[in-house]
Amino acid sequence: MHSVNDLTIRAATVNGSGSQSANLVLTNAVFQMGIPVAPKNVFPSNIEGLPTWFDVRVTPQGYQCRSRDVDILVALNPATWHADAAEVRSGGVIVHEASYAVNGPAARDDVTYYAVPFAKLAKEHVSDGALRKYLTNMIYVGVLAQLLGIDASELEHALRAQFKRKPQAVETNMDAIRLGIDYAAQNLTKTDLYRLQPMSGKTEGKLLMDGNNAAALGCVMGGCTVAAWYPITPSSSLCEAFIGYCDRFRVDKETGERKAAIIQAEDELAAIGMVFGAGWAGARAMTSTSGPGLSLMAEFAGLGYYAEIPGVIFDVQRAGPSTGLPTRTLQADVGFAYTLSHGDTKHLVLLPATVEEAYEFSMQAFDLADRFQTPVFVLSDLDLGMNLWMTPPLAYPEKPFDRGKVLDANALGELQSWGRYRDVEGDGIPYRTLPGTAHPLAGYFTRGSGHDDQAAYSENPDVYRANLDRLARKHDTARTAVPRPVAQELGRDLAVIAYGTTHHAVVEARDRLSREGLETDYLRVRALPFSPEVAEFIERHERVYVVEQNRDGQLHALLRAELPAHLIERLHSIRHYNGVPIDAGAVVEPLLSAEKPVLA
Amino acid sequence: MTANVNILGLPRDVYKGLASTLCAGCGHNSITNNLIKALYEYGVDPYKLAKMSGIGCSSKTPAYFVERAHGFNGVHGRMPSIATGAKLANRELMVLGISGDGDTASIGLGQYCHMIRRNLDATYIIEDNGCYGLTKGQFSATADRGSVLKKGQVNEFETIDVCGLAVELGATFVARSFSGDGKQLIPLLEAAFSHRGTAVLDVISPCVTFNDHEGSTKSYNYVKEHHAVLHTPDFIAGSNEITVDYEPGTAQEIQFDNGDRVVLRKLERDYDPTDRLNALRAMHEGRERGELVTGLLFIDTSARDLCERERLTRKPLAHLQEDELRIAREDWAQLMALPQRKVPSASAHSE
Repeated sequence: MHSVNDLTIRAATVNGSGSQSANLVLTNAVFQMGIPVAPKNVFPSNIEGLPTWFDVRVTPQGYQCRSRDVDILVALNPATWHADAAEVRSGGVIVHEASYAVNGPAARDDVTYYAVPFAKLAKEHVSDGALRKYLTNMIYVGVLAQLLGIDASELEHALRAQFKRKPQAVETNMDAIRLGIDYAAQNLTKTDLYRLQPMSGKTEGKLLMDGNNAAALGCVMGGCTVAAWYPITPSSSLCEAFIGYCDRFRVDKETGERKAAIIQAEDELAAIGMVFGAGWAGARAMTSTSGPGLSLMAEFAGLGYYAEIPGVIFDVQRAGPSTGLPTRTLQADVGFAYTLSHGDTKHLVLLPATVEEAYEFSMQAFDLADRFQTPVFVLSDLDLGMNLWMTPPLAYPEKPFDRGKVLDANALGELQSWGRYRDVEGDGIPYRTLPGTAHPLAGYFTRGSGHDDQAAYSENPDVYRANLDRLARKHDTARTAVPRPVAQELGRDLAVIAYGTTHHAVVEARDRLSREGLETDYLRVRALPFSPEVAEFIERHERVYVVEQNRDGQLHALLRAELPAHLIERLHSIRHYNGVPIDAGAVVEPLLSAEKPVLA
Repeated sequence: MTANVNILGLPRDVYKGLASTLCAGCGHNSITNNLIKALYEYGVDPYKLAKMSGIGCSSKTPAYFVERAHGFNGVHGRMPSIATGAKLANRELMVLGISGDGDTASIGLGQYCHMIRRNLDATYIIEDNGCYGLTKGQFSATADRGSVLKKGQVNEFETIDVCGLAVELGATFVARSFSGDGKQLIPLLEAAFSHRGTAVLDVISPCVTFNDHEGSTKSYNYVKEHHAVLHTPDFIAGSNEITVDYEPGTAQEIQFDNGDRVVLRKLERDYDPTDRLNALRAMHEGRERGELVTGLLFIDTSARDLCERERLTRKPLAHLQEDELRIAREDWAQLMALPQRKVPSASAHSE
């Protein structure tokens, strides 16, 4: 049994009880020991009172996806106690509040129970009533440490890193942790086989970061100066992180003057309107949102596309439709974002899978928006945006900004004439000027209505069609400018295609399939429109499984729409869409059952 | 200033635009002509001017003046957000927004309110005819209750008074005028250009095709018969050394930060436009009497505009370069510092 450094701990608590700090201390302590961690926070759309779960998955291989199996449950929510206990794998461990009755579905003979009187311990040892419920969570950290073999000094070290600015909090929390350690040492007899021990080779050179934070750093380093947003889970922490970095690094220490404008808008319509106003006037601008906000932005997205204005839109996807599950994850905006707005619109969509990509693609989005003079959508999801992931440090950018085809007064001085929507180089990308350019030729009229290549109003059928064709040409130019797909290919017949956070489940799934005798090639799509490599990859494979986290197989549908007819029948769709991050089993099981006839 | 050029040395033709495609006799064309005069006389730099508009008849008009300036005809009711983004990106731009009553008071009411709350430095003109022209004459939200459409329908709903609303929302410059009254409109426009913050001008502008009949309260005849003028405004540029003579107590002078002034010559009544409650009272009483009260309704020259509230650097954000925007290498190294490992790993522990 893989019981050393290979387990998933689930803390089931009540939202608002302060379990987040405890879970982070636990995560960081394990990570410090050199053991790869993959924390997943499954939380409710609620401020206080609803159930919340925090999984810390530990694997010697460093798998970053969720595991369906719960090895160790910390049960501190009476409302979900029976259901939580039923989810623990056979042979697992349940650490529970001693007052919970072990009956009904919670009564199992295939798990080990450790009853701990958390409430009583907290009441006896924590005099401050306001702190009591928070510190109860630290007690379970201590109990787990004792059971699993995490040294107290590891926890203290993690606490010090976490409460850098509040040294007093370290003592208070450490006292609670010791309470748990001591209780477990004196009262619990370990009978399970799970344990953690320091290891090497997997976490060196890595840190833990969430994708929204990385994307915000990409905005800073990508030169974003205008951000407009409307608070919405799970994207709020992206803009809030950007605010934090601008407060630290974009304020003149002497004058207090700021090199960024960040506006909390009245709604998402205004947020994206500000982005395009700023993009038109030459600033790099972004908004961050999620599903419902993206729906509101549809009209403006068409203006940005048709009037050709740069802007970056982060969509941290959550489960829809409508309000859906605001705190759960999905990849169900891909099809919508790609063609967002009425009429023939097609956008550039970047699909980051890792924290590094959340940062790199964020920076790159501003270059692409300027270069292609168009909205660029960066589609991450709640899993990438809000969970912590192991990542190498993010690289300092060495390249200057690519501001695209902008004519300044000097350049205009060399020209007899220019046309705002003229295709000079045949790549579909026209030249633009910025308001404020002091030259008689600089001005032009931006409009969402029909226009000719001089930007003049036109309803002429040939002019309209030529303009749409040029926009399609521009879109085709982008196929080789957006992040190219990444392939792992060894000439097999069978292949998997995935994108975004589904990647992490595919990594583990391919290992498991390999153990079952099924070797797969793999292509990870990183942007829309598709690069030529995507069709080429499918051409080289007989059966290709497209794995994604939405009901309708949205990327599968986009591939079917764009691929030559003889490739379409090679595609098969695997979909996961219950709102919790996809696990390897959700890839392995449907793929195995589909391949059975082939294997037989 | 010579006879043929303005303070920037530019001839008047520079301030003209394409020929209007609106109906002959449209109030909006008069506003455009008055605007051309005001922009010329004031000496607005065409390269700094950003002409912004939404959707509708009014929103087409930025094409009809200062052809060489940048213009942006956005989406319906959302011009304030585009204008906000543009101004934040380049605070040196002079933002001039042209909207209509549908664009502002119906579909765009939210953005209108929030632009005012933020005190975006912009001149915001509402070309107000109480109806939708391009879609053939439906009521807009500024139509007066009881006003009658061409085909006889009566407006049963309360009007939205865009000036009253602006004053209530904390606007710092609110004026109302009439498209045909250049003597009043031009100095008010110039005052709006000098004002730092959102300057709202609601200009009643009759729609000759759909709303100029008996029973309409936005017709030429109705406006002429019910026009109640608060004062006669004169705009005096700061660069102008001329002192203006007026009897003590007969005029009120308001000075802008840039040294420009607007002098309001008193008519039969006293009116103090720096008193917010007074402004609201004048509008309410006027409406009760069925009068169209015009003039500089309210002004507050002391409020900070959006760029000041955001403490933006003087240099336009759009002009900032990599070295001004990226985190310095040494700070970056700190941000990316690896967590210190407590237990020096590992080989000792491996099995």
